[in-house]
Amino acid sequence: MAEFLQFLFSGLTVGAIYALVAIGFTLIYNASDVVNFAQGEFVMLGGMTTVFLGYVGVPLPLATIVAILATTAVGFALYRLAIATAREADAVTLIIITIGASIFIRGVAEIVFDKRFHSLPPLLSNDPIRVGGAAILPQSLVVLAGALIILLLLWAFIERTMFGKAVIATSANRIAARLVGIDTQIIVGACFALAAAIGAIAGILVTPITLTSYNVGTLLALKGFAAAMLGGIGSATGAVVGGILLGLLEALAAGYVSASYKDAVAFVVILTVLFAMPHGLFGKTKVERV
Amino acid sequence: MNKADRMMRIHTAAAAFGVCIAAALIPAPASAQVKIGAVLSASGPASFLGDPEKKTFDIYVADINAKGGINGQKLQMIVYDDGGDANAARTFATRLIEEDKVVAMIGGTTTGSTMAMIPAFEDAQTPFISLAGAIEIIQPVRKWVFKTPHTDRMACEKIFADLKRRNLTTVALISGTDAFGHSMRDQCVAVAPHAGITIATVENYGPTDSDITPQLTKIKTAPGVQAVINTGFGQGPAIVTRNYRQLDIKYPLYQSHGVASKQFIDLAGAAADGVRLPAAALLVADKLPDNDPQKPIVVAYKKTFEARTGQPVSTFGGHAYDGLMIFAQAAQRAGNFNPAKVRDEIEGTKGYIGTGGLVNMSPTDHLGLDLSAFRMLEIKNGDWALVPESGS
Repeated sequence: MAEFLQFLFSGLTVGAIYALVAIGFTLIYNASDVVNFAQGEFVMLGGMTTVFLGYVGVPLPLATIVAILATTAVGFALYRLAIATAREADAVTLIIITIGASIFIRGVAEIVFDKRFHSLPPLLSNDPIRVGGAAILPQSLVVLAGALIILLLLWAFIERTMFGKAVIATSANRIAARLVGIDTQIIVGACFALAAAIGAIAGILVTPITLTSYNVGTLLALKGFAAAMLGGIGSATGAVVGGILLGLLEALAAGYVSASYKDAVAFVVILTVLFAMPHGLFGKTKVERV
Repeated sequence: MNKADRMMRIHTAAAAFGVCIAAALIPAPASAQVKIGAVLSASGPASFLGDPEKKTFDIYVADINAKGGINGQKLQMIVYDDGGDANAARTFATRLIEEDKVVAMIGGTTTGSTMAMIPAFEDAQTPFISLAGAIEIIQPVRKWVFKTPHTDRMACEKIFADLKRRNLTTVALISGTDAFGHSMRDQCVAVAPHAGITIATVENYGPTDSDITPQLTKIKTAPGVQAVINTGFGQGPAIVTRNYRQLDIKYPLYQSHGVASKQFIDLAGAAADGVRLPAAALLVADKLPDNDPQKPIVVAYKKTFEARTGQPVSTFGGHAYDGLMIFAQAAQRAGNFNPAKVRDEIEGTKGYIGTGGLVNMSPTDHLGLDLSAFRMLEIKNGDWALVPESGS
């Protein structure tokens, strides 16, 4: 029983990380139909920037805020310079542009930062909490709480504010939104910026557990994407549920089947979802009027 | 065109032609540079091995050149970064051989990249001094391949000897799926029966895994385990060590020499206290007894490296230093840079005292170190400490 509980905790920890990345994917997809593969880089930028600002003597709370703002700027720049300039290019082209952007960001990070691994001190203490013979780090609970809080704030923002209504309108039908006077450029740009901020917060919260380096973005983006697909791309709740479910599947596979195939779980999930239920757990099936 | 233009064109062409002839007649400068190559993993999961190696080469190649080079020629060290990827390493190896035409190669930070590059250097008949750990690099002995770090088999033997001294006989292995982790795990399994050690269970983790608690949980609940050995390098062992303390596993934890760098202690934090590992004397340079023959060399290297890079010394940089010095001394004995002659002299290295230990190579031993070159260390308060051994 203690063993199963430990696998559960391990799964919740990584699952919360995937959930945060998946929320970012969902936000941008909802606003612009683009799957942003640079999402993982936002997570990396959040963690690495905070670490390096800490090295040059900036106090950690301030470093955190500066890192989030810097990453938000990068997210907005990505939209402004890469996506908006591609105008009405089709979705596949835009996705390839984001892949190129992620490679570029990673290259710049390699030069500006360095190629080693870095850590951050945890928010609460380093001592694990013992429950029923298993141990969970306080930081894992922080990441889980962070994911839920961000989900809640996002929901409140989308459902309860005028700006949020504009986002819903833009994602439903871009042309119609423009016709009623919504500046879709600003809306989509803001969503990119918001997704970048969420990614940065995720990066700062998880670095005490997973360490960070200039190239952690790639695998995170792929697994976050798998989580978003599982939950139903386009649904924020689905993103969180998908992320946690993926984390649990990985931990249980590592514990009960074989640890060597842990990374394969995410990719098996993507294939299964695409074959069996492309709209995921919570996604809506797209209905097109012919 | 009119006559004036045509005359000017003819004059320009003649002048250019004249310059070319003159340039071709000027003899080339006598001190050409000798090229040696290095493919290192300065980035990626093995970066805390490859980065000090690269820095060591930068410092000591410049030093050698400042003192006049070798055999009257300056060295040019061409370094490529394979990022820990064996495929990239193989591509760079081919580039070093075919485009840069190096006379020797000192590199191959990881076992994976070394094994990928060996066929290229064997075919090109270029001496290759590897900086990686697995015993399969030099066993079976390959004519053109040598190495400077202690083998994984020696690490297993050293750890088992320490376990016997503490009366612990049943262990669990947890290894990375990279080539070195895998190789050392196989060596430990092979050597265990001879050393009187029983291996209760074996677990794996991927080198970039961020959470290894499932595997450690299985080890914690496995019956009879008295100690745990982690074979691997880079970031993985740091996460293993953190998770180990997180799960409050009480058995002694042993690491391999793949973590012999302060960066491991930085990443693992307080969790690293109490971890034991076999490593080169370089890490405890200042704590060695004065009559230790390695002391002058390791203290000198440590001072130079730390002064010039501002970073604490690691055994990986030390292996690069040994590789470079063995090559330099071999080339000096050969009197020229003919790859075959240099290879013969490398094989004839005797009595070289380096950061790794006393090296005596032979046609059947392309490493030259024995078990006494390894010291058992324990991490105490974030620093290395020598574990006293009664007869190793």
